[in-house]
Amino acid sequence: MHRTTIKVVEDALDANTTLAKANRSDFDRSGVTVVNLMSAPGAGKTTLLTKVLGDMKGVRVGVLEGDVQGSLDADRLAHLHLPVVQIQTDNGFGGECHLDANMVRSALPDLPLDDIDLLIIENVGNLVCPAEFKVGEDIRIMVSSVTEGEDKPAKYPLMFRACEMVIVNKIDLLPYLDYDLDKFNYYLDGVHPEVPRMFVSAKTGEGMEELRDYLVGLATRTAAPATT
Amino acid sequence: MALGSAVVNTATKHAAGRQVKVVTMSIGKLRQVVPDSLSFYFDIIAKDTVCDGARLDINIVPALLRCDNCKKEWEPDFPTFRCPFCADSKVTVLSGEEFMVESLEVEEDEPCTAPQ
Repeated sequence: MHRTTIKVVEDALDANTTLAKANRSDFDRSGVTVVNLMSAPGAGKTTLLTKVLGDMKGVRVGVLEGDVQGSLDADRLAHLHLPVVQIQTDNGFGGECHLDANMVRSALPDLPLDDIDLLIIENVGNLVCPAEFKVGEDIRIMVSSVTEGEDKPAKYPLMFRACEMVIVNKIDLLPYLDYDLDKFNYYLDGVHPEVPRMFVSAKTGEGMEELRDYLVGLATRTAAPATT
Repeated sequence: MALGSAVVNTATKHAAGRQVKVVTMSIGKLRQVVPDSLSFYFDIIAKDTVCDGARLDINIVPALLRCDNCKKEWEPDFPTFRCPFCADSKVTVLSGEEFMVESLEVEEDEPCTAPQ
C-alpha cells in the first residue's frame, strides 16, 4: 500500500456544465429562448410572471417552476393556461437550494418544447447557489426587491454579476423605506458596470409593459435566426 | 452542499476505485464559497464513497482583474469591477473564479517498487 498523487485540474462543476450544454442544444433545436429567473425568496418572481405572462403578444411561453417543496407557485400560474412544470428539489439532503442542469434535464420530457417560443425557469429563491449552476439558459434575469435593502449587489456580487438584466421590484414601497436607489445603482455598477436594469412594481403595474416587451423581444430575437 | 457533492463526484471519477486520502482544490476569491462549509459538507457526502475520511485542502486564489482599456491589473478589495485607473467598465477577470480540483492523493493496492 502506497500513496500516489494524481493530477486532475478539472472544474468540479464540469459535469453540470456538460449537462447544461446538452439542455441548451435541446432548447436550440426547438427554437426556444430560455430565461433563468433568479432572486432571493419573496422578491416577487412569481407575481411578476402572473402580471406579464397573460398577454405575451403571440409569444408562446412555458414555465419551469423550481421550489424546495410543494406546487404553490405553479398553482398561482394555473389560470394563465400555460404549460407549467414544477420541479421539487427536496429529494436532496433537506432540499436543494437551487436548480441544476440535471434537475432541468429531468423535467424536459414534460415540457412541450416544440410548441413554445420562450421558457422561463423560475429558480429556487436564493442569492448564492443559483448563480453557480448554469442550466442551459440563454439569459439570466435577476429580481431584486427594494425591501431587501440597497446593499445586496455588494453582498452577493456573484449573483449580480452572473445576470444580463436586473429587475428592481416593489418600487411602490419606496416612500415607506429608507432604501437609497442611488446607492443601489452605485453598488450594482461596482459589481456589474452598466448592466441593464428596470424599476418596476408588480403591485401597481408600473414597468410591466416594459418588462413584457423585453421578454417578447428576447423570444423574437432567437426566433429570427431559426427561420432563416 | 451541492458544491461538496460536485467535488466528491469529480474526485471519485478520477480516483477510479482507489481510496482517496487528500483532495487538493483551488477556489477563487470571487466564488461565494465558504471553505469551512465546503469541508463540512464534503465530509458528510464523502461517507460510503472512496473519498470517505479524505482531507480537503483548499488553496484560495486571489482575485486579479485587468482593465481591457488601459491594460493595468489590480486586486480588488471591495467587489468592484470598474478600473480604478481609467474608470473603464470593460474588465477581464484573470483569476479568482476557480472552483478546480487540482489533484488527489490516493492509496494504491499493489506493492510499490519505487524507492520510498
